[in-house]
Formats: sequence, structure tokens, C-alpha cells
Amino acid sequence: MTAMGATLVEKIIARAAGVDRVTPGDIVTCRVDLAMMHDSGGPRRVQPLLERLGRGIWDPERVVVISDHYVPAVDAESAAILDGTRKWVARHGVRHFHDMQGICHVVLPERGHLRPGMFVVGGDSHSPTGGAFGCFMFGIGATDMAGVLITGETWVTVPDTIRLDWDGALPAGVCAKDMMLHLCARLGMGGAAQQVVQYGGNTVDALPMQERMTLSNMAAELGAQCGLIEADETTVDYIRSAGGDPGDPVAWRGDDDAAVMARHRFDASTLAPQVAAPHSPANAGDVAVHEGTPVHQAYIGACTGAKLEDLRMAAAVLSGQRVAKGTRLLLAPASTRTTLAAAQDGTLATLIEAGAILMPSGCGACAGYGAGVLTEDEVCISSTARNFRGRMGAASSQVFLASPYTVAASAVTGRITDPRGFLEPGAGV
Amino acid sequence: MSSEQAPGRAWVFGDDVNTDLLAPGAYMKGPFEMLASHCLEAVDPMFAQQVQAGDMIVAGENFGIGSSREQAAQALKHLGVSAVLARSFGGIFFRNALNLGLVALTCPDSGRIRAGDRLAVDAAVGAVDNLSTGERYPCNRLPPKLLDMVRDGGLIAHLEKRQSNGKPDQDER
Repeated sequence: MTAMGATLVEKIIARAAGVDRVTPGDIVTCRVDLAMMHDSGGPRRVQPLLERLGRGIWDPERVVVISDHYVPAVDAESAAILDGTRKWVARHGVRHFHDMQGICHVVLPERGHLRPGMFVVGGDSHSPTGGAFGCFMFGIGATDMAGVLITGETWVTVPDTIRLDWDGALPAGVCAKDMMLHLCARLGMGGAAQQVVQYGGNTVDALPMQERMTLSNMAAELGAQCGLIEADETTVDYIRSAGGDPGDPVAWRGDDDAAVMARHRFDASTLAPQVAAPHSPANAGDVAVHEGTPVHQAYIGACTGAKLEDLRMAAAVLSGQRVAKGTRLLLAPASTRTTLAAAQDGTLATLIEAGAILMPSGCGACAGYGAGVLTEDEVCISSTARNFRGRMGAASSQVFLASPYTVAASAVTGRITDPRGFLEPGAGV
Repeated sequence: MSSEQAPGRAWVFGDDVNTDLLAPGAYMKGPFEMLASHCLEAVDPMFAQQVQAGDMIVAGENFGIGSSREQAAQALKHLGVSAVLARSFGGIFFRNALNLGLVALTCPDSGRIRAGDRLAVDAAVGAVDNLSTGERYPCNRLPPKLLDMVRDGGLIAHLEKRQSNGKPDQDER
């Protein structure tokens, strides 16, 4: 027995590698519990590699394919990509196929595919989202994925863990997205390059599952391989309601005496709404810095910023309000189930009454793929995760990142606006 | 047998060279050669035209940060780049590069290298020789298993070679 305990990620990797324990820096080969792909980086990229080796996939039950990038098709090329994806899953006997049902990082847990302690690879850079369920889930490219599909295994460098502990109650109008933009500014986009981050503290304990997913999702913007959160009752309840099996969540917690690379502490109670200026999430600061900047487009979309919780935040601001003349508010719910739930609880009606334009569920404008892209010099405030130059359209367009609250408030005034004035009792302009 | 690669000429870039710069999203739907011809054009419009086989990329922090699209590493390999030396990498890019047979090495002193310097890299030893200045910089070593894979030309070529030699996909654990 060793004196020092193991972190959560070390426990998951050791189990997947079939060894008693691993140490950061070790390169080990792991069995993969689940592999997720989407239409852009998935079948069309891996199939030529499978053909070159004359191989099929190791276990179709452990593969999930989700078409979310080129949906719905906007031209012959994207239609062909979606068609090819459908034919590929049929050919390989992949049962877990979600076609145009929403964005992979939201659909995967929504359909009960994740369980604490799993070793999961995803063919997309926001795969760290799975960490919210106590899984070690990380993004890989197509060649890596082909190797997984053929062998069921992959190599991994055991990462160090950086703890990010938040305590205190978030003020009204401040949410997980603000926490993440603040972390991007504090730690930088390489703040956790090639490490994993693990979120904890009583602020995180109190967050609903979808808000935790926002934290894990944007671990990608810290450069982290995964954004882990230990499973608790909130996790178990979510997995059960999604029809999944939570397994043994107690077994998948890090040891208290495990060595971590760094531990940073933050006070949620003093956090103001955050806005990240072009062209990096790390250009974040208090909303006051950018207040008054005119915006052409307000976008509520993506895996980061259009889950049901996100839509409810926007609705809290937009209730009884109207989008400003000269500004458009585009709304692309993260999944079809999000749209359904928002329709059932009245959230969707509130948003549409305020002037939001409802768009299909998919990656869409966030990655410059679908409808809602920007032309030269246009300014957008967006609930998405990235504002790299030219990502959402023309190279001269400007994207500011913010929470759904702040995006909604800015849509009402046509300028970047602190949402807190809309949320106070008796608020109303 | 020397494990050192043939020397190459340095192209120097700064921090945060992201995957949208390496493989611009607007060209992702079209043919790969088209995508590669736009590699890094937003920071150096002449790069894709002028880079030569064996040249190396030298960069600062977070090279390849952003999306998981491996076209970012593939474009560099397609253009003939033989190695990327950076102070740090985006984690997925680092994996993709090695899996595609492109040497990626963490080199804390990359800032001492000037554009056009001739460099020789030894990934097994963990050293970069600057033949233009006579300086030697440390870099990380690649473990033998990964180095084998990179030398075989990447993961797929490595699996192909093992398959044709009648070996299993992985060594016994």
C-alpha cells in the first residue's frame, strides 16, 4: 500500500489500464468504455482509415454517433455528409445513433450514455463536458478515433490534476458561464494545458447538472484534457432520469490525500457577470468594462450555452421584454429534448414573445457551420464558448462571450448590458 | 543508427496559434489540399506557398489549441513540416500530431530560435540543435513506444505494419 491516495482521474485510468495505480506522466494503454463521434469528424474521416487496414469496429455497442454539425443540411455537400453518416452506422451495426437530435455533448448524457468512472473518448474538443458526470472523457482526432474503433484501446499520458474550488452562493444573474470566463481570464487558455481540472467546493455542489456541464465543457478553453466533477446525488438523479445506470458513484471519488498539481480557490459570492472580448475567452472581465458596446446579433446556442437551464436564464431576463430594434436574437436550443422541455414549461413562449428567432438544434453558427453567421464588422454577443477570429463568420466580425443572462439583457437594449438590473424585484424598463 | 531527423529551417510563430488558424473552418468542407493551402494564412499569407519539406514550426505557448480537428496537424504534415517545437501544446493537437507521425516536442527555449535558423531535432534524446547559432536546447523525450509509432508514420501506418508482421494491435500489458 502506498501512503498517498489517488486522484479521480488516476483511479479511472488505472482501472482502464488494468493496473493498480498510475502516476502523472506515465504513458499507458487503456481500454475504452465508450467512443462518441459526430458527423463532421466521425464516419467520413475514420472510414478511409478502417478500409486501409481492412478492419471493422471492435464493439458497436460501445460506439455512439451523433449528427450535429451539418444539421439540417444547407447544401449538397452537407447533405452528403449526413447521408454518409446514416449509411455508416447501418453498415457497422451501430445502434446508438442520434440523428439531428441536438449537440453531441448534451445528447450523450441526456440519453443516459454516461456513468461515473467511465473512460470515454469523444471526437470533438468539447468532450471534457463528460467530466461533469465523473467520467474521464477527452477529445481526440479522427486518426486516434480510428485506432480506438479498431483496437478498443488508446494511449494516454496520465495527467496531473488542478483543483478549482469555488465556495459561496452565486449572486442573482451570475452563473457557471461567468465562473468559466473568470477562470479563462485568471488562468489563461493554456492554464491547464494537458492537465485535467477538477471542480469542487460548495458552489459547485449546489449547481444543477446542466450548470456543472458548462463548467466541464469550458475546461476545453483552459486547455484541459477533462473537467472532472465527482458524482453526487445530483449526478445520480440526472442519470436515472435520463434512463441510464449510475453504477457505483461512491467508488469514483478521488482520495482526500491525493497529490494535486495546484489548488486554486475562488469566491462565487463576489463574482460579477463576465464578458470576454474578441478574440479569446481569456479576454474576460466584468461586464462593466464593455457595457454600452452596440451589438447586431445576440446568440443563445451551442453545447455551452443553450441547455434548458441556459434558456431559463434568458427567459428570466426577457420575460415581458422586447429585443431592441436593429438587433436580432437567435436561439438554437442545444437539443430537441431541450426544445420540448422549454416548450412544456413556458420558457420557449417567453423567448419567442420577446422576439427570439428559433433555429435548429446543432453546432450551427458557433463554429461557423450553419445559419446565423456574421458578415464583415458585425458584432455579436454569444452564449457559446469560443470567439476566435473569424470562427462565427467574417474575419472582421467581433464576438463577445457572455452568459445567457447577459446575452438576453444585451438583446433587449441592443448594447452589452449588465443583466442584474433586469432580475431585481419589480424590474422592468 | 542515429535517431536524429534531417535538419530543417525554422518558421517562427507566437503564442496561441489555434486550430482555426491552422485549418480554417471555412475550408473544412472542401478538398484537403485546398484546406492545407490556407494553413496559417491569417498570420502569414506566404507560409503555405513557401514552406519546404523538412522545415520546422517553432512557436510559443498553446500551439494547436482549440478544436479537435486533426486537419490542423495533417495540414502541416502535408506541407512538409517535419516537426513542431513549442513551449506548450493544446493537448488534442499534441496527440493528433504524434498519431499522424508529426513530431511534436515541448521546448522551453523555443523563444531563442529565429526565423530561418537551421535546426536538428533528436526526439529520443530530447534535444534540439540550432545549427545556425551553435546553441542546444532541451526538449521532452518521446518514449520508445510512441517514437516507434511516429517513425512508422503514425498510428494507422504503425497498426498496418504490425498487422502485416502478424503481431497483435498492442503489446501485452
